[in-house]
Amino acid sequence: MKNFIPFLKNKNPEDQSKIFVPSRRDFLKISSLATGGFLLGVNFQCAGPKGEPITFAPNVYISLSSDNEVILVAHRSEMGTGIRTSLPMIMADELGADWKKVKIIQAEGDEDKYGNQNTDGSFSVRMFYEPMRKAGATARQMLINAAANKWGVDPSECTTENSQVLLNGSSKKVDFGGLVEALQTMELPDPATIKLKELSEYKFIGTDVPIYDAKAIVSGQATFGADVDLPNMQIAVIARSPVVGAKILSYDDAAALAIPGVSQVIKIEGAGIPPGLDKPLEGLAVLASNTWAAKKGREALVIEWDLGPNQSYSSAAQLQEMAKSTLKNGKVSRERGNFNSAKSSATKVLDRTYLAPYYAHATMEPPAVIADYRGDGSVEIWAPTQHPQWARGAVAGALGLELPKVKVNVTLLGGGFGRKSKPDFVVEAALLSKAAKAPVRVQWTREDDIHHDFYHSHSAQRIVATLDSSKKLTGWNHHTVFPAIGATGNAAELHPSSGELELGCRDFPYDVPNIRIETHESAAHTRIGWLRSVSNIHHAFAIHTMMDEIAEARGLDPVENALDLFGEDKNLTFEGELEGDFGNYGEKLEDFPWNTGRMKKVIQDVAAKSNWKAHKDAGKAVGFAAHKSFLTYVACVVIVEKDANGQLSIPEVHYSVDCGVGVNTDRIKSQFEGGAQFATSLAMTSAITFENGQVVQNNFDSYQIIRMPQSPKKIHVHILPSTEKPTGVGEPPVPPYIPALANAVYKLTGKRIYELPFKV
Amino acid sequence: MALFNLTINGKSQQVDVDPNTPMLWVLRDHLDLVGTKFGCGIAQCGACTIHLDGNAVRSCQLPVSAAEGAKITTIEGLSEEGDHPVQKAWLEHDVPQCGYCQAGQIMSAAALLAQNPNPSDTDIDNAMNGNICRCGTYTRIKAAIHTASKNL
Repeated sequence: MKNFIPFLKNKNPEDQSKIFVPSRRDFLKISSLATGGFLLGVNFQCAGPKGEPITFAPNVYISLSSDNEVILVAHRSEMGTGIRTSLPMIMADELGADWKKVKIIQAEGDEDKYGNQNTDGSFSVRMFYEPMRKAGATARQMLINAAANKWGVDPSECTTENSQVLLNGSSKKVDFGGLVEALQTMELPDPATIKLKELSEYKFIGTDVPIYDAKAIVSGQATFGADVDLPNMQIAVIARSPVVGAKILSYDDAAALAIPGVSQVIKIEGAGIPPGLDKPLEGLAVLASNTWAAKKGREALVIEWDLGPNQSYSSAAQLQEMAKSTLKNGKVSRERGNFNSAKSSATKVLDRTYLAPYYAHATMEPPAVIADYRGDGSVEIWAPTQHPQWARGAVAGALGLELPKVKVNVTLLGGGFGRKSKPDFVVEAALLSKAAKAPVRVQWTREDDIHHDFYHSHSAQRIVATLDSSKKLTGWNHHTVFPAIGATGNAAELHPSSGELELGCRDFPYDVPNIRIETHESAAHTRIGWLRSVSNIHHAFAIHTMMDEIAEARGLDPVENALDLFGEDKNLTFEGELEGDFGNYGEKLEDFPWNTGRMKKVIQDVAAKSNWKAHKDAGKAVGFAAHKSFLTYVACVVIVEKDANGQLSIPEVHYSVDCGVGVNTDRIKSQFEGGAQFATSLAMTSAITFENGQVVQNNFDSYQIIRMPQSPKKIHVHILPSTEKPTGVGEPPVPPYIPALANAVYKLTGKRIYELPFKV
Repeated sequence: MALFNLTINGKSQQVDVDPNTPMLWVLRDHLDLVGTKFGCGIAQCGACTIHLDGNAVRSCQLPVSAAEGAKITTIEGLSEEGDHPVQKAWLEHDVPQCGYCQAGQIMSAAALLAQNPNPSDTDIDNAMNGNICRCGTYTRIKAAIHTASKNL
């Protein structure tokens, strides 16, 4: 199960080293496609840690048609990051394609064919930048070889541009489409001879490229999960266990079946406790010819539940217990120096407790999926899934089918944020379609989504910071307690995993001589999952609001304080300090070092660009935080003021980001713009609580998302030029924003923020 | 069940449904107009926004029985070629991220501009308050509405 959780990837050594190299074996498959085109299938190998190549069989397909169309396959899921545009764009750039003549088609879920399709953990660009370039460059080389043959010149005299091969210093040119026939008999180039373009040669990489689906979206033509329609399809709305672990004792479906349009009621067996990350909850599904009838039918069900052991669960009571537990010694996850002696010789001790709630993902598109189980024992799925392979495997497991019998088509996702990695809703549809002997669309309502999510865990943290007489920060003791993701699959997991701790806690980067990171036990009473930036959310909130207090205690400006505490430029290794190894988001430190110099640069940049020092105008206050996550360096400045009605307003936000080479700069900016908005909701409006084991909130009236009037007004995104390997930007905007906002609010009101969500 | 005669995107349509069925599900399930999206079902998020006689309404709370006789416009009928000034401005600013809420956002924005061709920031805030975007495209939506206002 764990290899499906990107954040726990470090526990799977074979997953660690993702060096993709084109393999000559299976390098090229030439076949005539239905499109009448020429298919170029590129296999990438993943070299394991022992140098033993494992064929990962991920493929990125480039297909060139004789009518000069370049068809590129997007194999990662589009949930709003722009990845369906950005990865094909890399291939197109290497290829020298005319972007206007590129057609993108979405890959179905097939690990053997496409490799990793788990669109999560901000690693699509990080993992596939190089393979995409190689795929494009190989196709370019073949086109050039074909044209050079035709003209009787040396390939080195040719280049590609706008889907044509050009002969340098002449007017000779040929469309890609015109070479398709010649390509059928071409020799494969030796991968060792494939030369990638220099950064300066790229036309698309490093620029603002509009998303491929924009026109379809604005005209209402784009296909999301619920938009797929099949003949004779039944719509299912499911009454799920109100408490995790609850079981159906008995039910009466007579009234439901009497509703016109309702065809049948089908029970879904739930996993119980632990609920699992890939299993449906226990439930009773009402199938009908339309959604309204199915919804009405569900309302008419009478169900007697055995609510099980979680029925007395109160999240407020647990949170208080968790906070209390931090007063004791916990399980040490990182130790540097001797914190206790730093504390006993300290002249000032800051001891603070931080609380944060459960959060639901609340994607605008509630889960919706179509399954068509056929008489021949195969099933076809259409799903807005972030992880089509996991969905495929989970469906195969639940139905007892061989993997090839399950086909998973990926639609656009109306938001994901980690929710749609889990295949529970896909399994529901597959089970129902098999039982109903008809195609079934499972439609979650918003209430279903709020009540039955895989929540971001609530958390209690205590940080004790010590200063000596010279106002030097001498000690840092961070206690963190939260029900772990792992507990959703294994109830015995009472501590967060090292993976979750390296999301902004035990990878504490500041140069402090004495550090102790501790965890305490807490059990899961609901389904815990991962939400955009995961435990970075609460860790960054606690750490960077505490850093603001430390700066104040040291009499330093928060920016100067941070720069001072990073010390000399160096690469951090955490060696000899950690329980277990340092995961580094699944990458080797030599490939992606933790470099304090890069962090200091984004801090200096955001201070300069936001005019940090000049914000002393009456009524305005400014807050700062910097946080590296998912290998991307981010510094953030938030400016706040009170509007005419005394309400908090956020007129301006500045981000400086070092994500290595910026691939599609407009989509980097949009992720940061959206990240600030998303994080404003987490900071100020959203919280999930449980009473009697059930979620208290129901819909957007009680689980609130910020709306335009409360949202940050201007969000400036400063991308630092870089030639380093690219890293992801989906999640990194979220963590530093919340403490930067909290620190700004403190400047405005004089009140420190210790609990999320906060009101002003 | 009852028969209802509806005028949608300039076309007469007849449906035989439960009179309480919200227009949202009539459009999506019975008329295959799936550009209008389901987001909350209680008129809190605006994903299902359509025009009823030119006014932006939440179709999840509009029973089909109340829609008879009115002129209904959905995202599919806002323009012939997806080239309404609002849609063009949306493309110019590359507004969408996941895109799911955008049909509703566009319908709210188009109704606002039809009534107020030159809205202030506050006018836009007020008109768009009922439309949630979880991806957080609010700054671009606002910029796009200003652009569209200039190109009406």
